[in-house]
Amino acid sequence: MITSIEVKDNVTDQRKKIHPHKFTLWVGMGSIIMMFAAFTSAYIVKRQQPGWTTFDIPVTFWYSTAVIILSSLSVQLAVKAFKQRSIIEYRRYITATSFLGLVFILLQFLGFKHIWNQGVTFKGSGAGQFLYIIAGIHAVHVLGGIIALLVLFIKAFNRKIRNYNTVPIEVASTYWHFVDILWVYLFIFFLVIH
Amino acid sequence: MSNEATLHGHSEVITSHDAHHGEHEVHHHKETFITKYVFSQDHKMICKQFIITGMVWAILGGLMSVLFRLQLGYPDQTFPWLEDILGKWAKGGKIQPEFYYALTTMHGTVLVFFVLTGGLSGTFANFLIPLQIGARDMASPFLNMLSYWFFFLASVVILCSLFIQTGPASGGWTVYPPLSALGDANEGSKAGMDYWIIGMALFVVSSLLGGLNYISTILNMRTKGMSMTRLPLTIWALFFTAVLGVLSFPVLLSGLILLLFDRHAGTSFYLSDIFIASTQKALPNEGGSAILFQHLFWFLGHPEVYIIILPAMGLVSEVMAVNSRKPIFGYMAMVGSLFAIAILAFLVWAHHMFVTGLNPFLGSVFVLLTLLIAVPSAIKVFNWLTTIWRGNIRFTPAMLFAIGFVSLFISGGLTGIFLGNSTLDIHLHDTYFVIAHFHIVMGVSAFFGMFCGVYHWFPKMYGRYMNNLMAYIHFWVTLIGAYLIFWPMHYEGLAGMPRRYLDYSGWLSFNQFGDLNRFISTVAMVVFAVQLLFVFNFFYSIFKGRKVISQNPWGANTLEWTAPIRPGHGNWPGEIPEVHRWAYDYGKDGREFIPQTEPISADESKH
Repeated sequence: MITSIEVKDNVTDQRKKIHPHKFTLWVGMGSIIMMFAAFTSAYIVKRQQPGWTTFDIPVTFWYSTAVIILSSLSVQLAVKAFKQRSIIEYRRYITATSFLGLVFILLQFLGFKHIWNQGVTFKGSGAGQFLYIIAGIHAVHVLGGIIALLVLFIKAFNRKIRNYNTVPIEVASTYWHFVDILWVYLFIFFLVIH
Repeated sequence: MSNEATLHGHSEVITSHDAHHGEHEVHHHKETFITKYVFSQDHKMICKQFIITGMVWAILGGLMSVLFRLQLGYPDQTFPWLEDILGKWAKGGKIQPEFYYALTTMHGTVLVFFVLTGGLSGTFANFLIPLQIGARDMASPFLNMLSYWFFFLASVVILCSLFIQTGPASGGWTVYPPLSALGDANEGSKAGMDYWIIGMALFVVSSLLGGLNYISTILNMRTKGMSMTRLPLTIWALFFTAVLGVLSFPVLLSGLILLLFDRHAGTSFYLSDIFIASTQKALPNEGGSAILFQHLFWFLGHPEVYIIILPAMGLVSEVMAVNSRKPIFGYMAMVGSLFAIAILAFLVWAHHMFVTGLNPFLGSVFVLLTLLIAVPSAIKVFNWLTTIWRGNIRFTPAMLFAIGFVSLFISGGLTGIFLGNSTLDIHLHDTYFVIAHFHIVMGVSAFFGMFCGVYHWFPKMYGRYMNNLMAYIHFWVTLIGAYLIFWPMHYEGLAGMPRRYLDYSGWLSFNQFGDLNRFISTVAMVVFAVQLLFVFNFFYSIFKGRKVISQNPWGANTLEWTAPIRPGHGNWPGEIPEVHRWAYDYGKDGREFIPQTEPISADESKH
């Protein structure tokens, strides 16, 4: 069954209007922002109340921040490679991006472990507990991005269908930049409001 | 403005595809049972999945209310058959307190989320958005299908929670901690609460996937000529509904995640200084704030009531204009008031929290913002009344339900002005006055909007009409019954009768209402029985209803009536129609109606 959507994807992308899938992603990002806005405002409200505890931000988070920024760069190179139709390079860059994403998640958990070893467990309701949940949910969103990249990766190895539709990789890269910026925001938030 | 480029910019390419598409439809229609009825990506089939799941939930949710009304109406009697069905929950033929709370909690959860959000938005957004804006399907039919299946999964989880040993969640549909966070405090806060949280998380995912799709379809997939100001009001209403859902449901999810950690990981986001009587234990949790949960909950909870009522408003506006054979009065004012309601929806949540110790100054700000909602609401009511004023009204069942909606919305809306005042709310909070208010203004009236939509669009959904006689019985009994049930509750509430109590007969101040409660319970059962008549009518008409023979049976202007009587996937064989005018050219230049697809002629008057 040919739906209008598939029809449109086959048409070379020359129109000025934003592609509906990209638009959907932007609305979805708005929704994710609301979720983290709720978490961070709960954090701010809670900070005023008795029993608030804090922790030292481990240096690991600086590394993970560097890694995710680097991964944004590599996803951008992947988009560029795809647009130039150099599929080998494209595969290389999405592999690198997914790998950096996994390293990021690993570093986040090393950071959690470091804080946990300071004695900040799930008991209580201070900055540490909020960090576990906020950064943990953020890591889940990064994982979602990795899965999206893996799907594209598998598609890139399909020799039967040649697909030069740039929408999927552009959607994936926009999302990737988004989780990157989201982490940078959250990191600054934790550094400043302590 | 429209997606001319998207759909028509490459007319050669698309036309050939469309032509092929049409052929495809006619000649080799090879859909399997699974792709057509189960994992369908056709918005019309997904709509049917939503409405039928919603109806199952409505019957279950309604049945719960019948059970607890039985207790409230006849607190001194026993019903041994209840024990046969419900076992330990109705020991000795009497509904046990734990079960009573579970019933009220699940009645609220099911009706608010699974019927009036999933069932209402899911049904009509899916059905009407592509058909009325002139699109072949949603922006992403796949996400749309996922939206239904997440809804289905959420339904399964909540349904399972009804059958576990400790029972479903029973701390009220608002699941306030600390009660909902502590399994030791209450049977329903044990596994039932986890099912509730998981079910609601799945529901949030479903409603986000749906909402994203609705928004991007409306903004990006309109046919040529369909500018935003030519959209029928149904689409505007569904658009604002989706925006509200997309921005507020994630906040609920955040709140529930923190709750889950409080329940199982030992955090204290919502817990502080608690002693549990049943276990004689003092909890170590410190520094938590139960009020924090209320803020997170009501930041969704208040927009949620508009998520429920806006689609009903949209459906009613459309049906009223069609059946009055008159243009909707004040189209732009209708759009503007929907927009105003959508904005204000996010600024009034704390009016649910006036008695939590909220700073009175802050409270007065929320009073002001809450009362402001009366302005767009009154604009809408005025415009509905002026739309039917001196109209050539056809009293179809859909039209009757639309008029009933306006009546209920006025009655329920007025008591909202009482409750929006923090000073009055101190007296009325948690009484039957609140129950009466929200059941009329967002419960019954949203149901009326939904019925109005079902009766009106059923011919488009199934190619058959629903039975009119059953529909008229359904309407009159439901309308009269709704007033008989909820009107007396205002008096009980003004007298201070609190909600959520199992038995009032032991209270000197409230046992004067014993007969009234019995009366309410009796009417509630009659009204419930009549809803079963509607369900029967619905399924009977799918198979045996009178067949639709005209493409445009109501003489309506909107695009869905230009599609074939039983449209296939893709909606229009051949090209999508082009739009030349707004949706409300009724009774213009001596013509009864002018469809949106008709070009404006040279000598036409301006509207």
